[in-house]
Amino acid sequence: MQARHSIFRTGFVHLALIAYTLISLFPVFLTIINSFKDRNAIFRAPLTVPTPQTFSLIGYQTVLGQGDFATYFQNSFIVTIVAIALVLLFGAMAAFALSEYRFRGNTLMGLYLAIGIMIPIRLGTVAILQGMVAANLVNTLTALILVYTAQGLPLAVFILSEFMRTVSDDLKNAGRIDGLSEYSIFFRLVLPLIRPAMATVAVFTMIPIWNDLWFPLILAPAETTKTVTLGSQIFIGQFVTNWNAVLAALSLAILPVLVLYVIFSRQLIRGITAGAVK
Amino acid sequence: MSNATSLQEGQPAVRRPKRWHILVFLLPALLVYTAVMILPLIETLRLSLFNTVDGQPTFVGLANFQVLFGDERWAHDFWNALKNNVIFFIIHMCVQNPIGVALAAMLSIPKLRFVTFYRTAIFLPTLLSFVIVGFIWKLILSPIWGVAPGMLDLVGLKSMFAPWLGKPGSALVAVSLISVWQYVGIPMMLIYAALLNIPDEVIEAAECDGVTGWSQFWKIKLPLILPAIGIISILTFVGNFNAFDLVYTVQGALAGPDGSTDILGTLLYRTFFGFQLQLGDRSMGATIATVMFLIILAGVSLYLFVIQRRMRRYQF
Repeated sequence: MQARHSIFRTGFVHLALIAYTLISLFPVFLTIINSFKDRNAIFRAPLTVPTPQTFSLIGYQTVLGQGDFATYFQNSFIVTIVAIALVLLFGAMAAFALSEYRFRGNTLMGLYLAIGIMIPIRLGTVAILQGMVAANLVNTLTALILVYTAQGLPLAVFILSEFMRTVSDDLKNAGRIDGLSEYSIFFRLVLPLIRPAMATVAVFTMIPIWNDLWFPLILAPAETTKTVTLGSQIFIGQFVTNWNAVLAALSLAILPVLVLYVIFSRQLIRGITAGAVK
Repeated sequence: MSNATSLQEGQPAVRRPKRWHILVFLLPALLVYTAVMILPLIETLRLSLFNTVDGQPTFVGLANFQVLFGDERWAHDFWNALKNNVIFFIIHMCVQNPIGVALAAMLSIPKLRFVTFYRTAIFLPTLLSFVIVGFIWKLILSPIWGVAPGMLDLVGLKSMFAPWLGKPGSALVAVSLISVWQYVGIPMMLIYAALLNIPDEVIEAAECDGVTGWSQFWKIKLPLILPAIGIISILTFVGNFNAFDLVYTVQGALAGPDGSTDILGTLLYRTFFGFQLQLGDRSMGATIATVMFLIILAGVSLYLFVIQRRMRRYQF
């Protein structure tokens, strides 16, 4: 009786989870299959996969021919990678200072850096734009990199300092006795040990940067500095009636996220659930 | 920067040489963070007290706020955006978070198979940009394409279909549900982690007392994951009152139809940056940003000083 009850329950749970999984994946799946079909098939049979008769790459040809997607991708890559590198380096250094040394103002400094976790940087946009205009940085990737570095730092410092507290003191003190400077202790002993945490922070930092629309729209809307997110937003806006092109552009924009997610999903989920997932 | 310099002075009690390396470690992060985040934030708050009078920036006290709340047109736009934003938040709290908890509760059932697959798949939309999500749903819900009416037809509900995104009465709910669809992965993951962190002894003790199944979830597990639900609520709050991208992508900067999906983020964008015939207004933009700041600050303070403090007793 008990066993049967449990089978029913498990079956029901699987049913519910499969249903929700379908809801999650269906829109993405729909976009991708339709991007490979010709215009008639998109409208006549939106729910079927492309067949040899309906297969068409016309949408991709339009996108790659018209939009400057190679530049957009390049911009997004540069901004994201440089910002992540700066967040990781500066964040780890600050986290090390806060977790390793006792000095006056330590707690205050931690709190000061933590403000940014809760208060979104977007609220300072008016003055950020003003500052970037004054510094002649409007329509440069540097402006975006600076903003995203500042945006990513608070959470990075918070997560990394939690991890740095777990690095053994004996190891660092052994290093000190061997005459290592504080800088070598940080770079040669501590950094390699917190690599897993750095990967988590990198993934966390990356997603909002790659997907952001607000700052590219305000700080760097020029053709040469558009990111993929802004580029596809504008491109799709212009090609609203060309469904092939819209679906192809959407699929191209999904692709890098999908690839990265397949590679890093384990790391990301483990980071969010902070060790609870074995 | 006064903090950074004062930390160098507190050392004599320990009698150690000045530890410059602490400053070196802290300085880059502090500089970027202060210059690009904190100072602009303060400057924005300050700008909300200024306006351009005869071409000169002049201190006007709270006059901008008087315009925002007192002028008929401004007040109408602002209260409309605030009301929509509150509805946006309520829909998230009532739909996204319960679904997230339910999914997490199912995923955390011991020895359930394919958990990794479900988890990975359900979390995927969270990673997509608003631009992608917004356009995909715009296409699906479009009466031209007919995917949504076609699918409703399969279950015999075709008559229920309406161009939800285009009608003032349903547009806000439709946009909110799109956002819920995208973000349900976050509450799911955080609650899932909280559920896995409940010690086995607690569950075993409950089972010994005959508390199982549903009543176990309501009486034992739910109280224990309340802190996680609190964190989710505040994350949702901050995210919602700062939202912009999805509405901008789906409904444009005017947040149509007829301003029915206008939230504070889109109002800030239109006010500060201008749109079509409306000219950008820096002072009023800063004023709206200040109001948003105060709303978010109030929410975060309420959470930190009231809710979180009461919840602490549940923690292990």
